[in-house]
Amino acid sequence: MPLGGVIFITVFISVFGYILIRLARLTGGTAKKTSQAKFDIYECGIPVEEKKDTKISIKFYLTAILFILFDIEIIFMYPWAANFKNFIVSGAGPFVFVSMFIFLAIFIFGLWWEIKSKALEWD
Amino acid sequence: MTSMGTTGFEITVNLIKTVLVFLMMVQAVPILVWLERRGSAFIQNRFGPNRVGPLGLVQLLADAVKFLTKEDFVPEKGSRFMFYAAPVFALIPAAIAYMAIPMSVPLKLEGATFLIQGFEVNVGIVFVLGVSSLAAYTILMAGWGSGSKYSLMGAMRASAQIISYELALGLSIVGVILIYGTFNLTDMINAQHGALSFSMFGYTVSSAYLPNWGIFYQPIGMILFFAATFAESNRLPFDLAEGEAELVAGFHTEYGGFKMLMFFIGEYGHMMIASGLMATFFFGGYSIWNFTPQQVYEWLYGLVGSELLANILNTVVHFLSYNLKFAIFLWIFIWVRWTLPRFRYDQLMDIGWKTMLPWALANAMLTATLIFAGSYFIF
Repeated sequence: MPLGGVIFITVFISVFGYILIRLARLTGGTAKKTSQAKFDIYECGIPVEEKKDTKISIKFYLTAILFILFDIEIIFMYPWAANFKNFIVSGAGPFVFVSMFIFLAIFIFGLWWEIKSKALEWD
Repeated sequence: MTSMGTTGFEITVNLIKTVLVFLMMVQAVPILVWLERRGSAFIQNRFGPNRVGPLGLVQLLADAVKFLTKEDFVPEKGSRFMFYAAPVFALIPAAIAYMAIPMSVPLKLEGATFLIQGFEVNVGIVFVLGVSSLAAYTILMAGWGSGSKYSLMGAMRASAQIISYELALGLSIVGVILIYGTFNLTDMINAQHGALSFSMFGYTVSSAYLPNWGIFYQPIGMILFFAATFAESNRLPFDLAEGEAELVAGFHTEYGGFKMLMFFIGEYGHMMIASGLMATFFFGGYSIWNFTPQQVYEWLYGLVGSELLANILNTVVHFLSYNLKFAIFLWIFIWVRWTLPRFRYDQLMDIGWKTMLPWALANAMLTATLIFAGSYFIF
């Protein structure tokens, strides 16, 4: 892992972006408060409703949980996929193939159950 | 730390290279914006920007001046730190992920070898996917920091969309990993050099005219991967994050001026990662149709007769080859944006979970079965 390079470029871009924003503030100036409406958040003419009153659908939460479950299962497939040809060469092919298909059967059952229980219906 | 070099000179060159790749990415954005505006104008039978400079090319400089003279604005209800930090952080995942994509054959100069990429990562695919999906956090930061309900709802939608398509994206690559048996992007490109040839069921198939590219092994995987990257980079037909009829402008409703521009750079950065990965996985990366880099090198050596010059030219030729493919995919991104209408949100989620995920799963299983059967049953 080129950890040094990643850290270096992260710091570099942070400083770069900071300077860019400061520069834009220097040339454009900060916003003058000429009226309250200018500093309110966007709304098309009616009184502003804050984000704390905004209701977020529970579906987003459910989607996130399902994502974590399925993503972990997909990540399990990566090392298997990278070594599959080596396993075939070394003679362990049938065992590795069948065990992954058992795992995939569980995966498919999970996906089928999820669709059947209407966890993915947005209305 | 060895991958960043051992001597002070190597480390310096490698760090400068990361900065150069980042700056390349940033300066490609104005060109893409120009291309997008002119291209959309051509598609819609309009002129587009054509007043400032030849073909409207200087329009971008005028835009930059306009961005610089906008006054700096933070909404009172917003969270000040997050509002400022989100656009800066939007640049980071895009840039880091792009650096892992190899852009040309390594440049050999008097004993030292320089990779034409920001840094080489041994687990390239996992690194690129992992880092680029961090963009969901910057979108959520922007949505929360703005303090506006439109921003928040846009951010929630965008992050739900990104994580949903992450699954189809991840699964469509399993087939690619099965074929090449590696996570390393350079090794993948090396496996795609030369003419098409593979053996299966005891037969060897080879063609003198077709290149040995991934698209011939993974056609379904390619379509699924490309479709999923559209959703990942929030482009039409999946740009529900900024459905302007419903959400004003999505997560960047409150942004303007330079901060808005930085979100743009981040979005175009994700398009560039997607195009680079498309080229790497399915179109041979920097490799040239039907030729290996060794053949190109020998041809160039016969042409110029100097080892050093031939090495440099070899790198340049492959760099151009990579950029040609890269530009074609970027153009497809722009082309699709002005061709297809936007999906509805439930349709978007249905396509991701109920269509693309099963198809990607079927593709991975089919690939595994063919590899398995192809090496065990010989007719």
